[in-house]
Amino acid sequence: MLLLAFDTSSAAVTAAVHDGVSMIASAAEFGSQSHGELLAPTIAAVLSRAGVGPSAITHLAVGVGPGPFTGLRVGVVTARVMAEALAIPLIGVCSLDAIALQAVSESAVDGPFCVATDARRKEVYVASYDARGVRLDDPAVLRPADVELHVRQSPAVGAGAWLYPDEFIDPREPRLVSGAWLAAFAVAAIASGESLLDSTPLYLRRPDAVASLTRKKVTRP
Amino acid sequence: MRDEPLVLGIETSCDETGVGIVRGVTLLADSIASSVEEHARFGGVVPEVASRAHLDAMVPMIRRACETAGVALTDVDAIAVTAGPGLAGALLVGVAAAKALSFSLGIPLYGVNHLAAHVAVDQLQHGRLPEPVMALLVSGGHSSLLLVPDVTGDIRPLGATVDDAAGEAFDKVARVLGLPFPGGPHIDRVSGEGRIAIEFPRGLTSGRDMQEHRFDFSFSGLKTAVARWVEAREMAGEPVPVADVAASFQEAVVDVLTRKALLACAEHGVDHLVLGGGVAANSRLRAMAQERCDAAGVLLRVPRPALCTDNGAMVAALGSEMVVRGRSPGSLGLPADSSMPVTDVSAREGAR
Ligand SMILES: [Zn+2]
Repeated sequence: MLLLAFDTSSAAVTAAVHDGVSMIASAAEFGSQSHGELLAPTIAAVLSRAGVGPSAITHLAVGVGPGPFTGLRVGVVTARVMAEALAIPLIGVCSLDAIALQAVSESAVDGPFCVATDARRKEVYVASYDARGVRLDDPAVLRPADVELHVRQSPAVGAGAWLYPDEFIDPREPRLVSGAWLAAFAVAAIASGESLLDSTPLYLRRPDAVASLTRKKVTRP
Repeated sequence: MRDEPLVLGIETSCDETGVGIVRGVTLLADSIASSVEEHARFGGVVPEVASRAHLDAMVPMIRRACETAGVALTDVDAIAVTAGPGLAGALLVGVAAAKALSFSLGIPLYGVNHLAAHVAVDQLQHGRLPEPVMALLVSGGHSSLLLVPDVTGDIRPLGATVDDAAGEAFDKVARVLGLPFPGGPHIDRVSGEGRIAIEFPRGLTSGRDMQEHRFDFSFSGLKTAVARWVEAREMAGEPVPVADVAASFQEAVVDVLTRKALLACAEHGVDHLVLGGGVAANSRLRAMAQERCDAAGVLLRVPRPALCTDNGAMVAALGSEMVVRGRSPGSLGLPADSSMPVTDVSAREGAR
């Protein structure tokens, strides 16, 4: 197997190639440019680092968030269209799960913990995990103060935890999604044969839409 | 492939997810999914709703276009995509999809201007465009008069709306008259039963305006005049003659559009006029443009309505012309540019 994984749910664009046993290559880009400008060149770079062309890829995995919508969609549409063009399977990975796997694997946590990422608008995307990194609930979007007390007082990884130190009292690394750990998560999920996510983005918020049904008067009384 | 390239075009600048396939100037497929119904209750396009719909429609539209054209993705020679102008988040979905195709298939990518594509699409119906050609593009997002010496690289804007786009005025007046969104088709329909009985203002046509805004348009004052007229009736407790108001409003819009387009043809010595954009589907605009072109000895080219509204085929048509003319493709880093100027036919890279 040769799996290409990428994620655009955070401030970084990150990608990795994994052969089912180990990570072959990874790349990450931060910058003032948008995810839309950074992602395709980052994918091209990671494949060239791995020494393979796109036709060598056998599996695709994409981070489906939760994360800011515009960037998230860049990743998901890229993955869907690549899967179509290359005729290969695509799975979705909850981006918070990749951060959780990294935290457990690198021993950043040794008991129950939570992952909190920046959801902007003074909110976080948050989910809680057991000591082995198994997610215990669906991700939610909440104001930090509205996260259950025992959750936010547990060790917290992800950039959201660092943004709100008053609420998340024990913030830890890592902060952002890593393509390598996303790939590792996907490889393990595929190997275990457990139910896999499709590539539906975890928006968690409804679109902002201001209905303007009433007609405004233009004539002043 | 140089003479008759097989090009797939992607359009997501507003609420239509379009994927078209052309070979040279021959249309093979034009698949469109629209989220217009989801926006109707808001009286306008909601960007986030449009972007979500583009994401979900993209692969199904690519599949449908390939099936209709009877080609495999691996047969395609080049990808073209609308890089701008349009809704930023919506454009990004199409541009990312186009890059994914270009990279996966190892074929060139052209990030093109939406307005130029509206001009180029006519080649799919009427064959190669004469050079130069005059183009009048009118839709819910644009109202532009363009002198086009070369649709792949030299487009000169002569005028544009200074406020609302023509299609926007149709939507707003439709709302005043209690007609559904989008307003264009409904105003066109009820106008057929009305008389042109009310003299509404013709924006930017006075002597002074014809000096300073010779080829520009303004529809905001017209829209307000219609609303005032309707409100006066309502306040007097009189019934509003919806069909007559619609017909009179439509006449005012169409009169200014065609008058300025033909003036531009005369002053620039251009004898071909192309119409494009959703409002080009308006029956009164087509009829008046034809009358006035006939009188002026100008040949009118109007693509059929399905090609006038936003679609992927128009993007493929422009991409195909760029391949034929040996224009250089873009890179995987090319940006979506929501305010891309019409003078840039191809997306400008690394300029920001
Ligand atoms: Zn358009």
